[in-house]
Amino acid sequence: MKRRFEFSPARFWAIVVKEFVQMRRDRMTFGMMIGIPLLQLVLFGFAINSDPKHLPAALLLADNGPQGRTLLNAIRNSGYIDFVREVKTEAEAREALSHGEVQFVVNIPENFSRDFIRGERPAILIEADASDPAATSNAISSLRSLLNTAFQNDLKGPLAFLAGGNGPLFDLRIHPRYNPEAITQYNIVPGLMGVVLTMTMVLITGLAITRERERGTMENLLSMPARPFEVLLGKIIPYILIGYIQVGLILIAAYALFHVPMVGNLGLLLATALVFITANLAMGITFSTVAKNQLQAMQMSFFFFLPSLLLSGFMFPFRGMPHWAQAIGEVLPLTHFLRIVRGILLKGNGVQEIGLELWQIVLFAVVALAVGVKRYRKTLD
Amino acid sequence: MPDEFAIDVHGMTKRFGDRTVVDQIDLRVRQGEIFGFLGPNGSGKTTFIRMLCGLLRPDAGNGTCLGRDVISESDAIKRQVGYMTQRFSFYEDLSIAENLDFVARLYSLKNRRQAVRDSIEQLGLTSRKDQLAGELSGGWKQRLALAACMIHQPKLLLLDEPTAGVDPKARRDFWQQIHQLAAKGLTVLITTHYMDEAERCHRLAYISKGILLAHGTVAEVVDQAHLSTWSVSGPNLLALSEKLHNLHGVQQTVAFGNMLHVSGNDAVALEAAIAPFRTQEYEWRPIVSGLEDVFIHLMDTSQDGSSS
Repeated sequence: MKRRFEFSPARFWAIVVKEFVQMRRDRMTFGMMIGIPLLQLVLFGFAINSDPKHLPAALLLADNGPQGRTLLNAIRNSGYIDFVREVKTEAEAREALSHGEVQFVVNIPENFSRDFIRGERPAILIEADASDPAATSNAISSLRSLLNTAFQNDLKGPLAFLAGGNGPLFDLRIHPRYNPEAITQYNIVPGLMGVVLTMTMVLITGLAITRERERGTMENLLSMPARPFEVLLGKIIPYILIGYIQVGLILIAAYALFHVPMVGNLGLLLATALVFITANLAMGITFSTVAKNQLQAMQMSFFFFLPSLLLSGFMFPFRGMPHWAQAIGEVLPLTHFLRIVRGILLKGNGVQEIGLELWQIVLFAVVALAVGVKRYRKTLD
Repeated sequence: MPDEFAIDVHGMTKRFGDRTVVDQIDLRVRQGEIFGFLGPNGSGKTTFIRMLCGLLRPDAGNGTCLGRDVISESDAIKRQVGYMTQRFSFYEDLSIAENLDFVARLYSLKNRRQAVRDSIEQLGLTSRKDQLAGELSGGWKQRLALAACMIHQPKLLLLDEPTAGVDPKARRDFWQQIHQLAAKGLTVLITTHYMDEAERCHRLAYISKGILLAHGTVAEVVDQAHLSTWSVSGPNLLALSEKLHNLHGVQQTVAFGNMLHVSGNDAVALEAAIAPFRTQEYEWRPIVSGLEDVFIHLMDTSQDGSSS
């Protein structure tokens, strides 16, 4: 007998109806299917900006002449740089740069105006935190264009003689610090450590408790004398080890394959990694006490991972984002960990510089774990 | 002497939302007793057991389990109770030995390795101890589960439908083991749907819709029901059943193979009701009501009670 191709609309329709009914029952999945595109729209559409402007800068102004002021106004008008503080010494300026408080230091030296008028082509010095080349490159090129345009309208009357010369009237010395060759990998690879940890740690622990519940082993576990804290801690510890293996792999690859400079203290980096891993595991545990099944836990992890990836400054410059997006980013542990990792590896930061960032991760971990322990129920109610 | 009772609880109540799943149940189970807990699906048996071992918090009620307060001392109770869940709830991706070892560690057993080894030996699984639990057949899973909840030598076993889906031979072995354990002083509370198993219990309770309808020994439960039953055989019993069904005095007609059991509380009314049908065609015989007749009766009357 020949097998014919049979298609029963009734059977086909039965499947369609069943899928819709199941979809409606699983509100969370349905919500995620709507929520994730919305989140992406908002993040990609409004939050992300690969041409960051209004970057914070420190001003070291030692010149009071009119030309110095003209130049400052020109820099301000470019829109790329906002002077957020004025510093008195170079040491102070450097500290602000290494803390990540400012992206640039603009140094207009003594006698700039005098030398300018004399036609001696004085130099201004701009130090940039170039650890993330994407964040600074546009600003730097806009600064370079000022060489020719800043004094366009001023070369009249007594200064008219300057207009005749060839070449720019002053010199711009840019010191891109921390990553002078603007090698993207130097920024991406250390950052990747945080991204990989966020992705795997949240997900893996997110599944840990929902799996017990889904397989029915939770009922058994609860009927035996195990306390919530023992269970949660017991579930976290093995994954901390896995997290360290990941950190080790990335560090080795960063060193051997990508030749990322490692200026700072690796021991300090490993210690902060512990805090960061714990924060992510705590988040995962909390998700798994909220989620009803493994699929939901996975979706929640994704919902957490997406903003972490986009708003932390890993893929796109943090300072390019609008304030609301930066505020969200400041809550996420990845944002702070990125600053710590880049700070330690590229800038050689120590405890003092990273302390504040670390506390914010600790705070996140404590809150997440508290919610997790509170939500982990000792009973099945 | 409160120590005599392994379980002694009063007014145990559990509500999920506005649904009362267990409604003011009082229960006393003596030490060393095998106590059967019967009732239809969804009658609240599992919920009641979960309250006993601290998995659910009762909304009302109090009492003791092994002399410990069921509300405030559930941690202490957990250490002395073995609870076997309805569904296999050990780790399918761990081996038999690993599962037992895990449980032994959770109870902080002193001679852990020895206890695990003994347990595997008693199971007769020494040669298969490294096999994954997920690969075991239903009967073996049940044995493993029983071994695991016995490993800390509990004083009370709570078994929730332990023999569901297990073949008759394995069921018989299982019951033999339960009786041996009870003889050594272990108290066993067991839920089941099987009448033959109910009859193997020292005492039993019948629960429906969260309400305890009867309890006592098998004979007591049957007596309490005051149910008279006639057995009838003959042609076309289905049609006969239809006719009898609505008569005054007949409360239930239940088919048992090629017999029909006709029961009612009022023996006189029942006999009057069936009188017109006692013809040559049919063979009628008064019998002692069985446990099953009684349970079906209890189930029906409780439904009538709740709908009126």
